Amino acid sequence: MIPELGHLALIFALILATAQAAMPLAGSLTGNRPWMTMARPLAYGQFVFVAIAFVALVEAFLISDFSVLYVAQHSNTLLPDIYKVSAVWGGHEGSLLLWALMMSGWGAAVSAFSRNLPLPVVARVLSVMGMVAIGFFLFMLLTSNPFERLFPVPPEGRDLNPLLQDFGLAIHPPMLYMGYVGFSVAFAFAIAALIGGKLDAAWARWSRPWTTVAWVFLTIGIALGSWWAYYELGWGGWWFWDPVENASLMPWLVGTALIHSLAVTEKRAAFKSWTVLLAISAFSLSLLGTFLVRSGVLTSVHAFATDPERGLFILIFLCIVIGGSLALYAWRAPEVSEGGRFDLLSRESALLLNNLLFVAFTVLVLFGTLAPLIYEAFDLGKISVGFPWFNKMFLALAPFLALLLGIGPATRWKSDQPSRLTKQLWLAFALSIGVLTLTSMSAVSGDDLWVPIGIALAAWLLFSHLLIVRDRLKHKQQGWRQAMVADFSGNGRSFYGMVVAHLGVAMFIVGVTMVSNHQIEKDLRMSPGDSHEMAGYRFEFLGAQKVNGPNYRADQGHFLVYRGERQIAELFPEKRSYLGGGMPMTEAAIDAGFFRDVYVSLGEAVGGGDWALRLYYKPYVRWIWLGAALMALGGAIAVSDRRYRIARARSTAPAGAVGAKA
Amino acid sequence: MSKSVRFLIPLVIFGALVILLVIGLGKDPSKVPSPLIGKSVPAFSLPELTDPDRSVGDEDLKGQISLVNVWASWCGSCRQEHQALMALSKETDFQIVGLNWKDDARDALAVLRMTGNPYAMNGYDPDNKVGLHWGVYGAPETFVVDQKGVIRYKHIGPIDRKVWEETLQPLVAQLKAEGA
Repeated sequence: MIPELGHLALIFALILATAQAAMPLAGSLTGNRPWMTMARPLAYGQFVFVAIAFVALVEAFLISDFSVLYVAQHSNTLLPDIYKVSAVWGGHEGSLLLWALMMSGWGAAVSAFSRNLPLPVVARVLSVMGMVAIGFFLFMLLTSNPFERLFPVPPEGRDLNPLLQDFGLAIHPPMLYMGYVGFSVAFAFAIAALIGGKLDAAWARWSRPWTTVAWVFLTIGIALGSWWAYYELGWGGWWFWDPVENASLMPWLVGTALIHSLAVTEKRAAFKSWTVLLAISAFSLSLLGTFLVRSGVLTSVHAFATDPERGLFILIFLCIVIGGSLALYAWRAPEVSEGGRFDLLSRESALLLNNLLFVAFTVLVLFGTLAPLIYEAFDLGKISVGFPWFNKMFLALAPFLALLLGIGPATRWKSDQPSRLTKQLWLAFALSIGVLTLTSMSAVSGDDLWVPIGIALAAWLLFSHLLIVRDRLKHKQQGWRQAMVADFSGNGRSFYGMVVAHLGVAMFIVGVTMVSNHQIEKDLRMSPGDSHEMAGYRFEFLGAQKVNGPNYRADQGHFLVYRGERQIAELFPEKRSYLGGGMPMTEAAIDAGFFRDVYVSLGEAVGGGDWALRLYYKPYVRWIWLGAALMALGGAIAVSDRRYRIARARSTAPAGAVGAKA
Repeated sequence: MSKSVRFLIPLVIFGALVILLVIGLGKDPSKVPSPLIGKSVPAFSLPELTDPDRSVGDEDLKGQISLVNVWASWCGSCRQEHQALMALSKETDFQIVGLNWKDDARDALAVLRMTGNPYAMNGYDPDNKVGLHWGVYGAPETFVVDQKGVIRYKHIGPIDRKVWEETLQPLVAQLKAEGA
């Protein structure tokens, strides 16, 4: 009964989304106010119905209702409760439902936090979001109904893919989807502005916090995915340039370009049509990523069950959404004035360069991801890209981006002088050259130059941002500490958010550089009682024993790790066989630290109590994810800036008045 | 005029992308016809991964059925199919020959030590020299080569039980019957 209710709720949500797509937009074009005011209640209603459907599916998982096909395929009575819940999005149909839930959640959030926006804008934005939602509801109801029944009812479910039975992966998709779907808000604002023909600084200020929040979620989602790959695949890698990873990286890259370009549009009313194009692209790439993952046109380690019918549906959907919005862009954008002129050396130019680099990187990733398809379509022959190709491209672009990142925030809007800029930044430059010299002295061969370069670039970012902060505080009367506190509680949050995010980039660079060049890994065969010394750590293998988990059996190794004579960690790596079948899983054991991880993963039993195993020493590996966390934190700080709150506070009065009238 | 044309560019690019995706969708990625099917394997000679003094070449693919498996330590799907290859390596109707592609020998050897070595031999091709002639564009890929050294089939993507039972196993049985 409950699954049918869920199904019904989805149908209602579709009907509401259809009304939401049509009525407010029509109202905004004809000046029909009652129709426009329908937008908010419809968005709330849509959210409520999707939430009902979602809860119905969660319930089916919790009570192990195997009469629901999707539950039978992805759950099992032995599965711990937390993974029963995360199993809801462990497969295709449930992922879509989660996506739809978030989509309507963003719609409801826009309704709730848009009191300061003119009604026609809200109406159009919610209409566009309604249109996108229709696509997802139709997709679910026509090709991927999560509530489909199964008869006869199997006594036991098939179990969730063991790879997905992990906390990191349980929360990774929701974060990622929040980001993907969040870009639909920026997209909707852009389309609404194109429809209304009013692209101005106000539009940029409205969409900025939404875009940044979406970007924060996406950043966290990608970082979680990378962290998960690191500890769960047992291979010590943190990024594989897998099509699915690339699918999430592309919207992130364009989204990063977008949040920077929105800054220009807000402050200087420039780059308007370019910003709109980026907003369309960020969401389009999110959709494209979905297509690539769901349709099976590319094979990947992450691949969900693939189905050409679904692929075709998404492709048609893509054509309508992306094709339609790009056509609208081609039609309306030429009328947009290109505001604010700027000099060759100015903040605008720096951000333009930033945008070009990010877009170039996106194009390269897109090309690399689609290369197999391109090859196939044109029979070009001889095209092959893989991990090394992507790494090469990344290394070719990243240093320029880092150099620019140290200069950009120091430049003045509109026009700047080289002499002023030099005067502000020479110290940072000199210091990082010093760092470069110091670190290169220890480098032995040419290959080792990447380490000094990476460290010097990170130092450059750190020093230049310190100088930039100093420059901002220099003109204030108080001591620097009070000035900073006052600035932070005043209008400075978006500035400090930027600084924090940029320092996150520096941290990320250090992590990537160190772990790529200085990690040590050893493959060994060890007998119980053996010791092995690596990177100043001594690993003592005490033996392996069988242990039983709730839904798996495992061989568990027991290691003591010593630094000198002091025991610093006790590690229990496992090799698990899940009762539901499938391949055995490696659970690496990691002693995490700020400056290094030591990591043991169990290979095969080679007889006589001996095991093949792999030891890793991973210097600074945490800095990769901490860097990403800092970027996300920076975004969160920026969103809390007072000028967005002021806009909201100012608007509560009229909103109250409207409420009183109604 | 030229100004409005500029704004059409994104739409045109998207159009090209859609055409590409339609073509991609129409084809099952695991059944891409290789121009090499029905042809003899390109002549090659590579150092053996585990023993660089030995070499692996086209002559090694004659006389028995071979599954030539393109793999690399950096490839996630290869790890996924590794278990299946381990199981298949126990069968005697064919040999599994690895083409270790665009990889670092140290990493590749580590994989074999850690997860077992299903390969009768392994050509080490770090610079895609041989992969290029075989038309390899990703890993994993698996070529089925018959007793006379003719490529009969190419599978793209990991081999799992379904692929084995539905496609590769019947083919191997057929080739065995042909050869007998």
